Amino acid sequence: MSEAKLIRPSIDEIKALLRVERLPHIWCPSCGIGIVAKAYVEALLRSGIPPEKHVLVSGIGCSSRMPGYIKIDGYHVIHGRAIPFAVGLKTVRPELEVTVFAGDGDLSTIGGNHLIHAIRRNDDINVIMINNFTYGMTGGQYGGTTPEGSRTLTSPYGHIEGTFNVPLLVASIGAPYVARWTVLHYRQIVDTIVEMFKVDGFTFLEVISPCIIYTDMNRRDAISLMRMFKNQSEIDHTADLRNVGIERLDEETRFIVGKFVHRPSESYQTKYRKLVERVMKGGE
Amino acid sequence: MKNGLLKPGDYFLRGNYAFVEGALLAGCRFFAGYPITPSNEISAMMARRLPQVGGAFIQFEDEIASVVAIIGAANGGVKSMTATSGPGFSLMQEAIGLAFMIETPIVIVDVQRGGPSTGLPTQVGQGDFIQANFGSHGDYETVVYLPNSPQEMFDMAIKAFNTAWRYRVPVIVLADQMIGQMIEKVSVPSHDEIELVEYEKPEIPPEEFLPFDLRYEVPPFVAAGDGYRIHLTGLAHDERGYPTTDHETYSKMLLRKLRKIWDNADEIVEWEERLTEDADLIVVSYGITSRSVYKAVSDAREKGLKVGIYRLKTAWPFPYKRLKELAMEGRNILVVEVNMGQAYRVARQYISHEGVYSMPWAPGRVPPPEAILKKIEEVYKA
Ligand SMILES: Cc1ncc(C[n+]2csc(CCOP(=O)(O)OP(=O)(O)O)c2C)c(N)n1
Ligand code: SF4
Repeated sequence: MSEAKLIRPSIDEIKALLRVERLPHIWCPSCGIGIVAKAYVEALLRSGIPPEKHVLVSGIGCSSRMPGYIKIDGYHVIHGRAIPFAVGLKTVRPELEVTVFAGDGDLSTIGGNHLIHAIRRNDDINVIMINNFTYGMTGGQYGGTTPEGSRTLTSPYGHIEGTFNVPLLVASIGAPYVARWTVLHYRQIVDTIVEMFKVDGFTFLEVISPCIIYTDMNRRDAISLMRMFKNQSEIDHTADLRNVGIERLDEETRFIVGKFVHRPSESYQTKYRKLVERVMKGGE
Repeated sequence: MKNGLLKPGDYFLRGNYAFVEGALLAGCRFFAGYPITPSNEISAMMARRLPQVGGAFIQFEDEIASVVAIIGAANGGVKSMTATSGPGFSLMQEAIGLAFMIETPIVIVDVQRGGPSTGLPTQVGQGDFIQANFGSHGDYETVVYLPNSPQEMFDMAIKAFNTAWRYRVPVIVLADQMIGQMIEKVSVPSHDEIELVEYEKPEIPPEEFLPFDLRYEVPPFVAAGDGYRIHLTGLAHDERGYPTTDHETYSKMLLRKLRKIWDNADEIVEWEERLTEDADLIVVSYGITSRSVYKAVSDAREKGLKVGIYRLKTAWPFPYKRLKELAMEGRNILVVEVNMGQAYRVARQYISHEGVYSMPWAPGRVPPPEAILKKIEEVYKA
């Protein structure tokens, strides 16, 4: 299917999936989270799966507020723990399409242990991680994705810790589907999420997104950061993931984006269902 | 019992296994857990038994994931539980608050060992008595059962699921190392005699449905995928489940959730009373300690001391009314427990006279009947 032939959903179709009574939303002007929220809704409409069968689960943070605006079953749980909630739910209700939507701090820092183990098990969930390089909700402290040299509330003299290369991390554990885009790659985000719904196993999308708090502290405006995303991003689906880490943020940074991994997979949940069938027939 | 549920009859069962069979009969079909002594028999047996009855088992990376996963599974409409001991129970506290907040029925069995910290992994303790209702931040309520035999492990497993699903609250079964690992007779009744609280999809149309409807004491539960398109959050929320910071809205919501337990405490509380009528002194205990108290009290009776037994079967709500009545009629109270006086402190809150005594005991051992008898004699004279 070529992009041009796709019929984009109408505003009314999108609105029907929003909790419009909750608007205005809490996000700052120039925040990127809303763009990804809309992309998710568009992907949902394209998925062919009815909205009643889609579920969103989130942790805590600005990004994690996203399910609160979408009119499908949504669970806004505790910081770092969206993945285990989603895994429990998906395991007992395999017919539901369960997607986790949360921030980089939530998923890769406080929730890092759940992230790696869900990938190792190959749980059949979709994870969309908004990477804004910081903890937005709590005012801009550093986390596992903060580039070196960044000034944050808790690294006022410049960040000196290392930075996660998240696509490499998740791919190296064996995630069957790994992609990364910036918020400027709207069409690609939609396509990616539609594909994620189809995979039987753990799918991961990182979306690089501007946060006004982070940019302010680093003496940039959001527009200049967006310009960086535009001018310095390169689509490379076959990139060597060892080279895609974002360790510094400056005019030299290359934002390598694309669908990095898409391989056949059988999820834990599918394997477990087979195991149950075998045991119920009397097998050991 | 290879496939299917444990048939009616008498069995010789370990407490932890009895809990598993009770839970399966109650309809539990999802277990998530992380290994910890002395609860391990529960996860091992669940891993074996759940696939046999069409359920699912996952050993997670830690206890936080385990408890959160059962909250997720319960929101899929499936009865779910986890099992742990002290260190794991501590890790679960934040999520217990979430379960209360989004009114998700879950069951946690805490097979207590000696604490604090890593403490005494293989030996008995009763030090989680207060934590079971106060370990998470903020005001919330749990229901906490205190089994004192493998038979009660079985019975209270069923009761725990019923209470959790009736009131939509986290329910904790506070067992201990000895109750979990001892082997005794367990009678399984005929299956149709077992009363179960089942999840039923409500009949309210989705447009009219409010997940936290204030008109109900316990609003109807809906599961993910039921077509109600609900939003649940651990943030303070209104009836629609939407975040709010409005003080009046939130105080009403919080109070409704607390009142589910406060207003039904008389229904929920359980205790066992023996020889209290003519007693001058009542010995309060629970779990394994009560087994030693039975012997000490019967020895005291033989010596002519008028001593009675008040055994707590629920820790929370605390069955204080009858205890207070007994105390106010002039009886003294002695609380015996394997901790430094946790239930004693609670009993003291309800009884305004001076005759409330504590027999604290460090974890690792249960106070032997002789030691309890000595304490009874000492207090009796006072
Ligand atoms: C256990 C716990 N610790 C700390 C917090 C405070 N907290 C709320 S949001 C947040 C960080 C969110 O950052 P991220 O996940 O990156 O999301 P963002 O706000 O940037 O979208 C923290 C630390 C919390 N809610 N719970
Ligand atoms: S603080 Fe940052 S992440 Fe949060 S809403 Fe504002 S711009 Fe977005």
